[in-house]
Amino acid sequence: MSNHPQAIQDVFAKGITCSVAIFLMCVFFWLLGDIALHGLSGLTWEFLTTSPMNAGREGGIGPILVSTLLILLVCMTAVLPIGLGTAILLSEFSHQFEWAGNLIRRSLDVLAGVPSIVFGLFGNAFFCVTLGLGFSIVSGGLTLACMVLPIFIRSTEEGFRGLPADYRFSTAALGLSQTSTLVSLLIPAAMPALLAGFILGLGRAIAETAALIFTSGYVDRMPASLWDSGRALSIHIYDLSMNVPGGDTNAYASALVLVTLLFMINAGAQAIGHRWSSKKVIAA
Amino acid sequence: MIWSLNIISSPLHRDQLLRWALWGCASMAGLILVFIVMFLVLESIPALRHLGASRFMLDSSWHPVEDSFNLLPIIMGTLLATVGAILLAGPLGFCSALFCEWYAPPRFSSLYSRFIELLAGIPSVVFGLWGLVVLVPLINHWHPPGASLLTGILILALMILPTISLLAQSSLAQVPTEYIRGAAALGLGRWATLRRVIIPAAKSGLWTAALLATVRALGETMAVLMVCGNVVQMPSSVFNPIRTLTANMALEMSYAADDHRSALFVSGVVLLLMVSILVMTATWTSRTPRHV
Amino acid sequence: MIRQIILLLVSLGLLLFHAGCQESSTSKPSENKLIITGSSTMAPLVADIGKRFESKHPGVRVDVQTGGSSRGVQDARTGLAHIGMASRALKAQEAQDLVGITLAKDGIGLIVHQDNPVTNLTTQQVIDIYTGMITHWQAVGGSNAKIVVVNKAEGRGTLEMFLAHFHLANADIRADVVIGDNEQGIKTVAGNPHALGYVSIGTAEYDATHGVPIRLLQLDGIPASLETVRNGTFPISRPLTLVTTTQPSTLAQTFISFATSSDVHDLVAQHYFIPLAS
Repeated sequence: MSNHPQAIQDVFAKGITCSVAIFLMCVFFWLLGDIALHGLSGLTWEFLTTSPMNAGREGGIGPILVSTLLILLVCMTAVLPIGLGTAILLSEFSHQFEWAGNLIRRSLDVLAGVPSIVFGLFGNAFFCVTLGLGFSIVSGGLTLACMVLPIFIRSTEEGFRGLPADYRFSTAALGLSQTSTLVSLLIPAAMPALLAGFILGLGRAIAETAALIFTSGYVDRMPASLWDSGRALSIHIYDLSMNVPGGDTNAYASALVLVTLLFMINAGAQAIGHRWSSKKVIAA
Repeated sequence: MIWSLNIISSPLHRDQLLRWALWGCASMAGLILVFIVMFLVLESIPALRHLGASRFMLDSSWHPVEDSFNLLPIIMGTLLATVGAILLAGPLGFCSALFCEWYAPPRFSSLYSRFIELLAGIPSVVFGLWGLVVLVPLINHWHPPGASLLTGILILALMILPTISLLAQSSLAQVPTEYIRGAAALGLGRWATLRRVIIPAAKSGLWTAALLATVRALGETMAVLMVCGNVVQMPSSVFNPIRTLTANMALEMSYAADDHRSALFVSGVVLLLMVSILVMTATWTSRTPRHV
Repeated sequence: MIRQIILLLVSLGLLLFHAGCQESSTSKPSENKLIITGSSTMAPLVADIGKRFESKHPGVRVDVQTGGSSRGVQDARTGLAHIGMASRALKAQEAQDLVGITLAKDGIGLIVHQDNPVTNLTTQQVIDIYTGMITHWQAVGGSNAKIVVVNKAEGRGTLEMFLAHFHLANADIRADVVIGDNEQGIKTVAGNPHALGYVSIGTAEYDATHGVPIRLLQLDGIPASLETVRNGTFPISRPLTLVTTTQPSTLAQTFISFATSSDVHDLVAQHYFIPLAS
């Protein structure tokens, strides 16, 4: 049995995938290790809570963390409803107007390829100037939402498409409204794809630099409201490493904080999502 | 049977409202691209009017301050970097997803997932910085000058890998368990199940992953700016520095005025055209019927 | 569940609305808010000056944004910003409707890796290296290795000053690497023992004294340092300019006179630029 060609193929496949995974982990540990090595020394409680001084070379990133979280909040508040709505439409309700659905799908794919600097300039022209929001957290959040939407929608749509059509037929046969079907069955069942899209989108949003320079701005003061300009963590990292001489240590420390922040948000999102879907869907 | 879902049409008022709300959301999402295209076109019209489209292909080189606007080497740079990145990251990301979903022990698998998600969130600035400070000197030892097409490909591949891995993994996870049980009942080994049953079933999701990753690589700005060398030339080897359309915009936009700035927006339009062509091609070649 | 979500979203919306209303009711338009945009080289310094200005004038807010010298000039012209920052002198066309006040001076010097034995280059040697006539370090007294030439991107003030001083056109230059910001240039040279580039002298001096493995080269025997730029012996220097319209607001004028006074000379020196003798 072990000489069976299938068995050999199995071992081969297992070997290749495992070695690829190990190789990738090594490369990524190298990268993360480099960041940790240079940045760990700067990571203190003061660093997380005080304001930056001397162009960021001293002091901390307190206000910047707050600005970043606010920008993410605005972004996700805009993305979740619009993204979920569009994804549901594309997978469930666009069959009568297939051409419209396809058009939206293609335009989202193209949108995913627009460079971040174009988003930044567009965001500046549209949100800051035309809509009059100025350099503000809201402008930054909305611009990021434009960037995150394609990936979130496509991932969520794939999630809904992967669900067996039986689900909809059986709930229709039971007389449930489409709204209830969505809320009670389809969304929880598609939760893995939804979460994947959300986390990928969040990752993209938190890592964005060029789009935010022109929209949420450079001011490193604690923002008084959402209509204030606030510097995001990624811009701070860019400024410290590329613009301010001697800012490297703090740049790496900020990068470490960013990665940790993302890790916490991801873990939280996964926990909430799984709890919600496991209450609704026992076996998928 | 794609059309079969058409027969479910709910007459309930609640559902009617839902449909209206959903179309509203979708229109908003679709309009974003329309606005961006309008913006790009409006900003690039001055250059096209003053200079004419042919100059972007026939001038001697790209030196806007000295009235020279040839975009071809830069377009080639973008294409080469993206193709290289997806050729490298595609198989690797796919294997990574397979590993995570099928070959890893369960607890390790979720840890590995978490790890990859983390990497999706590392800013491009950090990738660029690491590339500039670690990778470029390394490649410089091998073959100067270090900042080159190869470095760009490596960094881009690293950046799009988490995207491919995560999306591929979620589409592999979506495959109905009946398929897996059916394959097991037929006595198929793991690799055979994957190759003949799971991967074909997850094909649409896998293509989406590849498409989104390629499109992301096309649009990546900061990291390539720092590691590619940014010299405008047709590369004769992977060790030559190149400049991409996005790096071109980012490098010069802040300091460009009038026609130069407008010309940079033309390069943005070209990039958008490239992305559109890619998306159209991907749509045509991967028309998979939805499985029921 | 749906009800709870809707409740959450509505309350979130109200919170945002409230926050927005609060902001727009307590701030008056340009009475106590100063918007300054432009060069990212000057932004850290002007931001620090802004913070000191805020502490001296409570209730005033100075918002500094980046976006490049050209944007700074443009925004000053259109009124999107009260003051623009440009890391170069105003061009003739710009000087017709705008006013430029020099905040500080900066020099432009050539840098090499610390391990490179070469300490001086003549003007002609620099021209030959950058146009590709000299390709190896041994022709100028270094080891037998190919010179990796680092140039700056088009449109940048540093490039234009460099080209103007050496009477070159950008199309003549044969570069191996093109960089954007100063720090990118420094990191490129620090990672390559055979690289030659040019950056702001202040940035290079700061980094060299803080352990980055680079060294500033002498040009025709004149050392490149802040001191030589200050006393005028070093030939390549550029003004860091604050740009306004011909009728700037009172607040802008107050800020500019503060920024050019001796009160902020320590800040300017801290950022390794040269304050103007007032």
